[in-house]
Amino acid sequence: MLLRDIAHSRTGDKGNRSIISVIAYDIHDFPLIESQVTIERVKLLYKDIVKGRVERFSLPQLGALNFILHDALGGGVTKSLALDAHGKSLSSAILSMEIDQSMKS
Amino acid sequence: MRIIRLGAGAGYSGDRILPAVELAEKGNIDYLIFECLAERTVALAQLEKIKNSNLGFDPLLKDRMRAVLLTCKEKRVKIITNMGAANPKAAAEEILDIAKELGIQSLKIGVVSGDDVLSVVISGDFLTMEAGDPISALKNKIISANAYLGCEPIVEALKLGADIVITGRVSDPALFLAPLMYEFDWSASDWKLLSQGILAGHLLECAAQVTGGYFADPGYRDVPNLENLGFPIAEVSEDGAVIITKVEGSGGYVTKATCSAQLLYEIDDPSQYFQPDITADFSKVTITELAPNRIKVENAGGAERPSDIKVTIGLRDGFIGDGQISYAGVGAVSRGQLALQVLQKRIEASGTQFLDIRYELIGLNAIHGDHLSQGYEPYEVRVRVAARANTIKEAEFVVNEVEAMYLNGPAGGGGATKLVREVISVVSTLIPRELIKPSVLILEL
Repeated sequence: MLLRDIAHSRTGDKGNRSIISVIAYDIHDFPLIESQVTIERVKLLYKDIVKGRVERFSLPQLGALNFILHDALGGGVTKSLALDAHGKSLSSAILSMEIDQSMKS
Repeated sequence: MRIIRLGAGAGYSGDRILPAVELAEKGNIDYLIFECLAERTVALAQLEKIKNSNLGFDPLLKDRMRAVLLTCKEKRVKIITNMGAANPKAAAEEILDIAKELGIQSLKIGVVSGDDVLSVVISGDFLTMEAGDPISALKNKIISANAYLGCEPIVEALKLGADIVITGRVSDPALFLAPLMYEFDWSASDWKLLSQGILAGHLLECAAQVTGGYFADPGYRDVPNLENLGFPIAEVSEDGAVIITKVEGSGGYVTKATCSAQLLYEIDDPSQYFQPDITADFSKVTITELAPNRIKVENAGGAERPSDIKVTIGLRDGFIGDGQISYAGVGAVSRGQLALQVLQKRIEASGTQFLDIRYELIGLNAIHGDHLSQGYEPYEVRVRVAARANTIKEAEFVVNEVEAMYLNGPAGGGGATKLVREVISVVSTLIPRELIKPSVLILEL
């Protein structure tokens, strides 16, 4: 199963940071998301794009994770050469992440 | 208990105008709030103002005002907006002219200034938040420096009886918190109430992004009547209760999911959302559906406002050249790749040192890079070379080389475009709030 099947995502930008939320449609899927959408996997997924560290904040009452990707926007929207200078489309990539359902408790 | 209804009339400078008209006419709102300033918008507006001292405000100001002014006057809807950009006073004069044209007899506009802190920043000893560089070293490149003002001057303008408040740089959520503080006479140190006001403002500041805009994904999230997407309304009670809704009958939807997505949008650490008026805490916020399109948001918290204020500084920062040419049909990818190889060799042979340069194929790897695009073979691709250079000449060299792929590259390239523009970039710094002196001027008919 893909993360897309159980969650939605939105990307925003601040300076040279990309901020990506991952939000479960059904709060019961949140433990699965929290255990599998890890900082390490997010770092690997965006290895061509993110040059800095990755932070993760958890909001269990909303079934939501928020990732802060540092040094991710080619110096920031205003001088980036990227076609998608805001990094808005990055949310669609995270939803392609494979989720192992068998790990559901 | 008293309730105030705030409507969001724009989420960015170029936003659609019709949904704002719908809000004014059918939203039963008390305030119509237009948030139109992105990070570098003030710097761009400042350049306009340097060319013509009557300009430097939002390019859609006149269209928006012509569209809503009569209705707002008739229905006693007050307008708050940061469309003043680099020149709020000129913007206010423009609005008065439009009001006269429309036959409006009386109108009071509060002009907020004091966000321009260029002289403070240049003469002081400040460092950039990004790299810790001294601002004084950037002196020759600086165009503008604007501090994020809080609610105070907007509240003052409302107290002076303004029907419209026009500002330059103000924290986006403060545009929404200000009318609440004014109407309910909330104390500036009641963190609980202030944080709920900031929460309402944050959820509304991108307008349609909370009513189903930027959300649809066919088969997964089907947003009803997307073409008639409505703009949002926050119903705020005197005790800080907030309900997010939209105009009855408009397109889109307000759900727990749209509110959650917008809650986290562009928020770093949810427990510390720094604002000029408060350090808000969204980490414990809960979201409940009361009825379709009526979503209650509660449990925002907060603490003392930061002692320093963020300042955005606009800089002239070289030039970007962006050249593109398309290849389609059989062998499109290999011809595109050959074009990129040839371009790279020609550009490198010139010996020019670029600040940054990238070679990519739109349709294959331009947006997400090689790793994520592995295994896909598109029917058509678009070669793109983009470079940032110190001089316009160097940027032009790059885009001309791309265009020359017509006669000097692989077979079948078409639709070449070239674009060269000056880069206006931004850096930030923090300055003590005592150095900022907001003021309000009333202009009236």
